[in-house]
Amino acid sequence: MPNQILNVQGLETRFRTDEGTVHAINGVSFTIDEGETVGIVGESGCGKSVTMLSVLRLIPTPPGKITGGTAEFHGQDLLKMEDDEIRHVRGAQISMIFQDPMTSLNPVLTIGKQLTEPMLLHLGMTKQQANNRAVELLEMVGISGARERLPDYPHQFSGGMRQRVMIAMALSCNPQILIADEPTTALDVTIQAQFIELVKRLQENLGMAIIWITHDLGVIAGLAQRMMVMYGGLFIEEADVKELYANPQHPYTLGLLGSLPRLDGKHSERLVSIDGIPPVLYEPPKGCPFAPRCSFAIERCSQENPVLEEVAPKHRVACWVDTRTGRSR
Amino acid sequence: MSTETLLRVDNLVKHFPIYQGVIRRQVGAVHAVDGVSFEIYKGETLGLVGESGCGKSTAGRTILRLYKPTDGHVYYDGTDLASLSEREMRGMRRKLQIIFQDPYASLNPRMTVADIVGEPLIVHKVANGKEVQERVQELLALVGLNPAFADRYPHEFSGGQRQRIGVARALALQPDLIICDEPISALDVSIQAQVINLLEDLQKQFGLTYLFIAHDLSMVRHISDRVAVMYLGVIVELAERDELYDHPLHPYAQALLSAVPIPDPVAEERRQRIILEGDVPSPVNPPSGCRFRTRCPIAESVCTEQKPEWREVKPGHFVACHLVEAQT
Repeated sequence: MPNQILNVQGLETRFRTDEGTVHAINGVSFTIDEGETVGIVGESGCGKSVTMLSVLRLIPTPPGKITGGTAEFHGQDLLKMEDDEIRHVRGAQISMIFQDPMTSLNPVLTIGKQLTEPMLLHLGMTKQQANNRAVELLEMVGISGARERLPDYPHQFSGGMRQRVMIAMALSCNPQILIADEPTTALDVTIQAQFIELVKRLQENLGMAIIWITHDLGVIAGLAQRMMVMYGGLFIEEADVKELYANPQHPYTLGLLGSLPRLDGKHSERLVSIDGIPPVLYEPPKGCPFAPRCSFAIERCSQENPVLEEVAPKHRVACWVDTRTGRSR
Repeated sequence: MSTETLLRVDNLVKHFPIYQGVIRRQVGAVHAVDGVSFEIYKGETLGLVGESGCGKSTAGRTILRLYKPTDGHVYYDGTDLASLSEREMRGMRRKLQIIFQDPYASLNPRMTVADIVGEPLIVHKVANGKEVQERVQELLALVGLNPAFADRYPHEFSGGQRQRIGVARALALQPDLIICDEPISALDVSIQAQVINLLEDLQKQFGLTYLFIAHDLSMVRHISDRVAVMYLGVIVELAERDELYDHPLHPYAQALLSAVPIPDPVAEERRQRIILEGDVPSPVNPPSGCRFRTRCPIAESVCTEQKPEWREVKPGHFVACHLVEAQT
């Protein structure tokens, strides 16, 4: 049995806005084991980024507020830690890379300066040591002439290379968990393929767990072992990747997979589309957040919110209807 | 699908000048589109794919003369669009329309939906007064929007709904050809399918011809009859959809297709990826000979020296590569 390193239970996050309080996360629970790769999949606004930002306490407060739940990292609740403690966890033990490599690097600091900062801060290295390690890291992510590139500024790197710098920075303190928030969305597909190969190789060598947040069901299929599908601030289905693609059960997951054409041409004549649009939750969802768009919905769906229930080994679904039979559970 | 040519693009070139210094001297040019030729058949969807910066959008806009072509010709119905005056071109735009990528930036926030969709009708004097209103209502219903929303402003709609407004505007003048410039890339996955299905329905209903520009190769396979692959300002391969996806010949097309993830873990496990080295070179100073040679896994010296010829290696399958054998 691999060791569980992160255990999140009942996480809730809200944002106060002029239009009202947005209930972004509404009780999310999950665990992460050592060295595994987990995908969190959902559309924009479903709460997938906010979930991980909440775990790391990176939610801007105000307007955001974590209103409930726990997030235990090696038994310690990240949500109750002192600021300087969590700061140490963030840089050194759990690190994060973001979608846009253009804006997540500081344009007025050199790559060398940005890359060495966490090591000086968290590992107590000297400048010399940190510089040497920075060169090693850049070489590890495949940037040639690494030592000569340390004094360069971010604008002197291409998008794909900036994302490589980002991951070098994220890995500089040997984190146990790497959170990747849509890291390839801004990249071209051939560059994305380069980057994913790199991440897989790094994981083989370094053994960190990866939480990969994306809207791209294709990327997850080739990368993760386990995945969770998110909608309306809740996990609505989770399973091993192979099981989930072979036997999707939640109506939303079914719709998502049906709406994707496939490159290998195993495609239907017409795409399945999901009517309506994703909700903005100004109220905590009373029933199932997907019910208004769901073609399977029954009366109960708008009354009570279903919880995740096991339908097959390690496969859990939150739905009142069994979509294989069309009957209520 | 017929093979009657609706639009023929002949050696189209678009360079954007780069100015520098106090007297704004031209010091170079971005070779955005550098000699592309293809035909669009009546009633078909031609997919134009490539990565960002390859010139696919510029090609689409240059065809419509939203940019003035640097060189080359675009023949539509016997007339060369590239040689028309602005005034004459405006008349032609009745038949040639475009849907833009960003449904947030392409609709004027100060105009109501009725104004946006009705404007082409007024500009081209095809309707006035009450007729415009009626036509707008019809168009909105056609693209799946509630006609009662005609007096609302764009910000009151979601991304997918805005894109429907863009489609209604493009349809207003009953065009023959619509250039769809990445119409779904700003939309969420579940909404993309809605818009694609709408475009397909409209094509059937009105016999429309589409030039579908996109970087999502899976979606392009779904919607297109034929597909052209662009790299750094040139088209490197063009063929029927299934032919291109199942038997790509150009090394770039092969690498590009192998890089696209498939939403199926079992299929993903079995796939062989061709991982390209490095980045796309700058279009300001494109490589000599074949543009792809700097990243090509099989490049030879001839690729540096000579531009590869655009040739038909199988019926209907065109490729620009020195190293692809003609197949019969």
